[in-house]
Amino acid sequence: MDRVDQPKKQLVDYRNLLFHEGILDEQFTQLQQLQDESNPHFVVEVVSLFFQVSLRLLNELDKVFDQQNVDFKKVDSHVHQLKGSSSSVGAHRVRNACIAFRNCCNEKNIEGCLNCLQQVKQEFYLVKSKLETLFKLEQQILAADGPTSSD
Amino acid sequence: MVNSCVSLYRSNTMEFGNSSTANGSVSGSVSPKTLSVLIVDEDPIIRRTNIALLNRFGLQINVAENGKEAVDLYSAGAYFDIVFMDMEMPIMDGPMATKEFRNMGVTSMIVGLASRSLDSEIHEFIGAGLNGCHVKPLNNAKITSVLQELIASIY
Repeated sequence: MDRVDQPKKQLVDYRNLLFHEGILDEQFTQLQQLQDESNPHFVVEVVSLFFQVSLRLLNELDKVFDQQNVDFKKVDSHVHQLKGSSSSVGAHRVRNACIAFRNCCNEKNIEGCLNCLQQVKQEFYLVKSKLETLFKLEQQILAADGPTSSD
Repeated sequence: MVNSCVSLYRSNTMEFGNSSTANGSVSGSVSPKTLSVLIVDEDPIIRRTNIALLNRFGLQINVAENGKEAVDLYSAGAYFDIVFMDMEMPIMDGPMATKEFRNMGVTSMIVGLASRSLDSEIHEFIGAGLNGCHVKPLNNAKITSVLQELIASIY
């Protein structure tokens, strides 16, 4: 196996693993299919935007729960947005964690919400780390020899 | 299938313009009409993704961040063939913006995009005046379905 095939195989295997573990879903494949010559960095751009928006929302959620009286309407609004964003990039487990979070929010269960917030953070940082590794692998292949296959 | 739908729309909604010829007579020129779409969603990621998706269909795309921005566009004289309207938005949500559009006499096809799966909320959204509603996220199949419905409603 030459020096380009091995990293390509590693990339394909890594990508498949992310789907198999439920970290990513079909929506991520849809994003990859939108990437072409007119939009060569589309996936990285959208995912970077997702990271940016999510970090801001998680920060806002921390602030809400630091208050004496928790504004559940604000919590719901932030989690709703996080759920939508994670859904759009195929961050499946983040999305599911947000669904559970909204249920606790509807019940005005503060302890439940705090647990859910931890879960959402855990899943977010996991998918962030995994996607950053995925992009690094793609960059290595690009550096070695031309564009990667999106299969 | 979609490309043929869009082509059929274009070939049957020609805009005629007039131009003068050298001997003074007026001849008509024909240009196909491009379908225009308005994406109404507060989430920049969803807007970005939907723009990329809809670009693939050769549509003319505009965006608004909430229902009020969308209503303001129409108030200023804009018109779009299709409006993809998010359900939950700050300032003015999807159901409110849809009601406002219909009260203004807007005849555009308005398609709701809901992330909630509660039937009562989706029924309320549809009742506000939608032509249809899909669960997020938008994808090729849903866009195709919407375009087919639009073409069928014209013919």
